[in-house]
Amino acid sequence: MGQISSPIMSVRQLNKQFGKGCEQCSNSDNRKLERNYCRACGTVYSCQNLSFDLYPGEVLGIVGESGSGKSTLMRSLYFDQEVTTGEAYLQPYKEGAVNLFQESSQQQKYIRNHLMGKVYQNPVLGLRMGFSSIGNIAEKMIAAGNRNVAAMEARGSELLDQVHIPVYRMKEAPKKFSGGMQQRVQIAKALSNNPPILLLDEVTTGLDLSVQANVLDLIKHLQRELKISMLLVSHDLGVIRMLADRTMVMLDGRVVEQGLTDQILEDPQHAYTQQLVHSLL
Amino acid sequence: MRIQYNFAFLDEGSKREIRRATLKAIAIPGYQVPFASRELPIGRGWGTGGLQLTLSLIGKSDVLKVIDQGSDESVNAVSIKKLIDKTTGVPATDATEAATLIQSRHRIPEVPLRTGQLLVLQVPMPEPLRMYEPSELETKRLHGEKDYSGAWLMLFEQIMKYRSVSTGADHPVMVNDRYVMAPSPIPKFDNPKMNYSEALILLGAGREKKIYAVPPYTQVVSLAFEDVPFEPESFPGHSCRQCGAEDVFMDELYDSEKEETYYQCNDTSYCLQRMNAQPLV
Repeated sequence: MGQISSPIMSVRQLNKQFGKGCEQCSNSDNRKLERNYCRACGTVYSCQNLSFDLYPGEVLGIVGESGSGKSTLMRSLYFDQEVTTGEAYLQPYKEGAVNLFQESSQQQKYIRNHLMGKVYQNPVLGLRMGFSSIGNIAEKMIAAGNRNVAAMEARGSELLDQVHIPVYRMKEAPKKFSGGMQQRVQIAKALSNNPPILLLDEVTTGLDLSVQANVLDLIKHLQRELKISMLLVSHDLGVIRMLADRTMVMLDGRVVEQGLTDQILEDPQHAYTQQLVHSLL
Repeated sequence: MRIQYNFAFLDEGSKREIRRATLKAIAIPGYQVPFASRELPIGRGWGTGGLQLTLSLIGKSDVLKVIDQGSDESVNAVSIKKLIDKTTGVPATDATEAATLIQSRHRIPEVPLRTGQLLVLQVPMPEPLRMYEPSELETKRLHGEKDYSGAWLMLFEQIMKYRSVSTGADHPVMVNDRYVMAPSPIPKFDNPKMNYSEALILLGAGREKKIYAVPPYTQVVSLAFEDVPFEPESFPGHSCRQCGAEDVFMDELYDSEKEETYYQCNDTSYCLQRMNAQPLV
């Protein structure tokens, strides 16, 4: 990179709550919560005033324990669920001038299909298990308006080859594949439209070590070769250390610390981050 | 004891509700309008949707024709004709030109329909996206957003598996450039007859409780890919053994005594009419 570039994605004051809120918790400055939960009304504040930038070609890691709001953030950014309040801007979409959360659901689908790819922790969420693998990859291209079978087949087999799935198995359904292969089909699907941004949600969790290494290797390769910007959610600091340039630490729906990954791992400032780093085996 | 049924079996309130749904369906071509499907003396899934449309629309001056898979004389067609005749006294005919109201299961007659005629089709599965998305809430949302990648994905899967589009019947169509619609299990051969049809086409699904319509002179396009165009069935080099017709939809039959296959018009009244017009040898 070298020169200072403007962010490809900016998120400002993103809030996501589950529940209506009450007098005790609706003011974000002095709300009384037990972790992220309001004892008075039962509202859960999953994401509270999250703001961050993602720069072109960068991998931004997000760590935090389960329940800290990492996946909620990812789901919000991929429009799987609506945010309560907040703004997000995407440089490739209308020059970054429009708040994505204000767009119609049709436009949000356009953004999903043309400008983003997401890999879910659970392949069941990201793939149609009964359809063929090539069909799964084509689905995203069809959604983006492609109507040429030969072109989609060629692109699909190229991608499967890239993620090391033998092309002669492309007509098989992902349900016949191992967990690691399913994850790689998901990555191929996410990449099908050359999205500038990739959202990775715990992609290696639950995979055995050799397969994990394989998937991580692939992601590293994608970042280097294709210069894709990535948001990488993980609770595994090893994964973060290997892949992320910068890291945000989340706790109870808030960002408690952010900075260069090395800095955070070597010199953690926040008590929670210190605990997290020290519990690393 | 003879029960005195209301004219056309259904009570006036029911007929009015069905007509209202029908009007809405005509106003939004291809859109599935829900309606309260009534109990009838035939089982759901045996043409109750079509029958309810017919019963709600039939008047004393109508002439009725009922077809079951091309045949005027199969059990289902005859039973439906008997029921309508007993409760209305409306005469039935086999001649397509003479009929004003045609209820059909899975065929559009060979004789071109004209202005003023009404074609009622029986539908088992009104939702073209059902195999792709099992949830009705989701498919309604997909229709609302005009997101039809699922319909194309299902065709893509067929091409991947069989190297060609394998839908023999119920090939999805785009109506008026807005809604993708299941044309009921008519053969692909009949799909082009829906495009700018002079007659009003109504489709009723009794078990699934939906009514939808193709108004006269409405564009109906069969879904296809750029490099895999839509191809209706054709019978090159074959003609009807009875009437000699070509370019019609034919059944392939097997003569076990002569051990040979032969072809015959699927539309029995069309075939009979042609034979009657031919000079005796």
